[in-house]
Amino acid sequence: MKLKGAEIVWECLMREGVEVVFGYPGGANMPIYDAMLNYPVHHVLVRHEQGGAHMADGYARVSGKVGVAMATSGPGATNLVTGIATAMMDSVPVVFITGQVAAHLIGGDAFQETDVTGITLPITKHNYLVTRADQIAETICEAFYIARSGRPGPVLVDICKNAQVESCEFVYPEEVKLPGYQPVTRSPRSLLDEAVALIEKAKKPVILCGHGVLMSKAEEELMQFAVKTQTPVTSTLLGLGAFPASHPLSLGMMGMHGEAYANNAIQNSDLILAFGMRFDDRVTGTLKTYAPKAKKIHIEIDPSEVHKNVFVDVPLVGDVKTVVSDLIPLVDEYDHDEWLEEINNWKNEADSRSIMNWEDDGKLYVAHLIGDIWKATGGGAIVTTDVGQHQMWTAQYYQLDKPNRWITSGGAGTMGFGLPSAIGAWFAAKDQEIWAIAGDGGFQMTAAELTTAVQEGANVKIAIMNNNFLGMVRQWQEFFFEKRYSAVNMLTPDFVKLAEAHGVPARLVTKREEVGEAIAWARKTRGPVVLEFRVEQEDAVYPMVPAGSALHEMIRRPVKQAA
Amino acid sequence: MNYTFIALVENKPGVLNRVASLFRRRNFNIESLAVGRTDNPDVSRMTIVVSCPNGDVDAHRIEANLYKLVNVIDVQDVTHQPSVTRDLALIKVKVAPDRRAEVNGLAEIFRARIVDVAPDSVIVEITGTEDKIEGMMELLRPIGIVEMVRTGQVAMTRGVNDGVRRMPGMSDRHYEEVPVAAMVP
Repeated sequence: MKLKGAEIVWECLMREGVEVVFGYPGGANMPIYDAMLNYPVHHVLVRHEQGGAHMADGYARVSGKVGVAMATSGPGATNLVTGIATAMMDSVPVVFITGQVAAHLIGGDAFQETDVTGITLPITKHNYLVTRADQIAETICEAFYIARSGRPGPVLVDICKNAQVESCEFVYPEEVKLPGYQPVTRSPRSLLDEAVALIEKAKKPVILCGHGVLMSKAEEELMQFAVKTQTPVTSTLLGLGAFPASHPLSLGMMGMHGEAYANNAIQNSDLILAFGMRFDDRVTGTLKTYAPKAKKIHIEIDPSEVHKNVFVDVPLVGDVKTVVSDLIPLVDEYDHDEWLEEINNWKNEADSRSIMNWEDDGKLYVAHLIGDIWKATGGGAIVTTDVGQHQMWTAQYYQLDKPNRWITSGGAGTMGFGLPSAIGAWFAAKDQEIWAIAGDGGFQMTAAELTTAVQEGANVKIAIMNNNFLGMVRQWQEFFFEKRYSAVNMLTPDFVKLAEAHGVPARLVTKREEVGEAIAWARKTRGPVVLEFRVEQEDAVYPMVPAGSALHEMIRRPVKQAA
Repeated sequence: MNYTFIALVENKPGVLNRVASLFRRRNFNIESLAVGRTDNPDVSRMTIVVSCPNGDVDAHRIEANLYKLVNVIDVQDVTHQPSVTRDLALIKVKVAPDRRAEVNGLAEIFRARIVDVAPDSVIVEITGTEDKIEGMMELLRPIGIVEMVRTGQVAMTRGVNDGVRRMPGMSDRHYEEVPVAAMVP
């Protein structure tokens, strides 16, 4: 069957089961957009390519499938860059398809020509420049395979315009030939035995649950292992939801803004079991004093993560699900009652400081609002966030019992991620409730996607936590720069009017007593809704491990004196 | 200390850039990098000499990161393995006809060759280990080096022994078993 390159692109996407594509047309990908009209695919016209990249990212995280985003050459492709880097840092499988100028023009500074494969080389798992039609099928097949296998990640395919219009015989490859790409999924028995020996000896073990548990769908295995060995579980920011927050063995989040008792547990443990996480600086604090008494077992699919930040005693390279399944029958049942009791005492101490136990003092606190949304939604919504204080409060107080409903930019820390990723999530789970929690700063970065939400009828609820500050930067300036506020005071537009101008119903909430009703109204209104909350301006996220400090050296929320 | 790696990579456009970019991105310092085709036209072979201040820990990181590149097929560390390493240098020496014999004599001692003679200069070609080339340079410098160029080191293990492969599942691999045959169409 002879087809044009542009048609081959869609034939391939159909075979990969692609139902929705987020993109933006332009000169260098017009043949692809022309061919699209003949294929049963839903195209979402985004308002900025960064938004399209985040939508594909959010879609992939919720659906577990590979997301697809498209853009034209030059500025179209460069606008994707932040979204690609976001997907890369969080290991999200997304295939990006960009148009490129005709092959014979490459290198000549043609109109809208940019070296996109060069630019995206360090922020993709792999990328391709396609100059001929007969390379398209093989390349797209490989791109999807690479994106979803091993440690997932973004793959970019840059297709020259001539390749889109030329014709060739279309055959979709039955398998990929990648001699240099063979992810290891299973650890050898000898290493598993070494791990078991450490587990047997441990008196104070703790599991660090990372994004890898979700990526490999190992929630069941994690639960079985934790219960059988009575090992408490603390999560990285991206691992939240893999282990139910309400489970007695759950310690919630670890790290810079993690629970004090989780960080104390790590610092006092004698065995760390790292499941699909990479010892990022935000979860370790300074490495010099990190978990000094603990032996370390690291289950990780990417060998380059082993010994990268923390030297481990037993590296188990492989797929978390496979490796943990292999481990479960090898370990005995243990109880660690004394250890759990010790942790419980830290927990009780933390409760006394919790902002959730504060009386209403007439101010709106983000933590309280997140708690209110959590209650109203039964803790079951899909929640996306931007980056900053509201993100940390959401991580702390929107306590998840189920996986794949916590969508946030962890590694890259990308502002503007919340709204577009929520729209992408909606395409993956239209029957579910979706909340985008945003700050006033981040929301303004991608606010144009409100129109996209309206055009698509995306049923997403957007809560803007407006403190007229770039809150997290302000908090750092308060703690570490003697309160010299520099470029953090932010004038915001009237978000209600802004939303209404986009055709989005919106409300402003300034008092705690209005909160419940506003949330209820947002939930029962179909389609996108904006709630603007005017929140306490100078609240800070606690606990906080200052950058470069030891994990147990936390700044704690002061105990509030009874009035 | 410097570590020497042999990497087999797919012979495709941009692969050299991917490898070089990786070293820059991960903050490793390349001392020398030599690339050329192998007997299989679809496969190129790189000899990479990298400074590894943290020894084997760095070597592990380098191997692991190289394998993250989809086009990298095999990596072995031959630093501590008996191997033949060679570097080729062309050295142009400014020398008047009456002192040519002196250069000639040095060349003979180092088993180098004079490959070009001009009225007031000669080009010496020398092949050998880094030490040998450095040694020859030392002696030519007082006479007057005008310019020089080096290929960078290439390396091959002696006998049937391969270098070290640290990645999981790779330690038992032998050079002959590296799946490059699959690539020939």
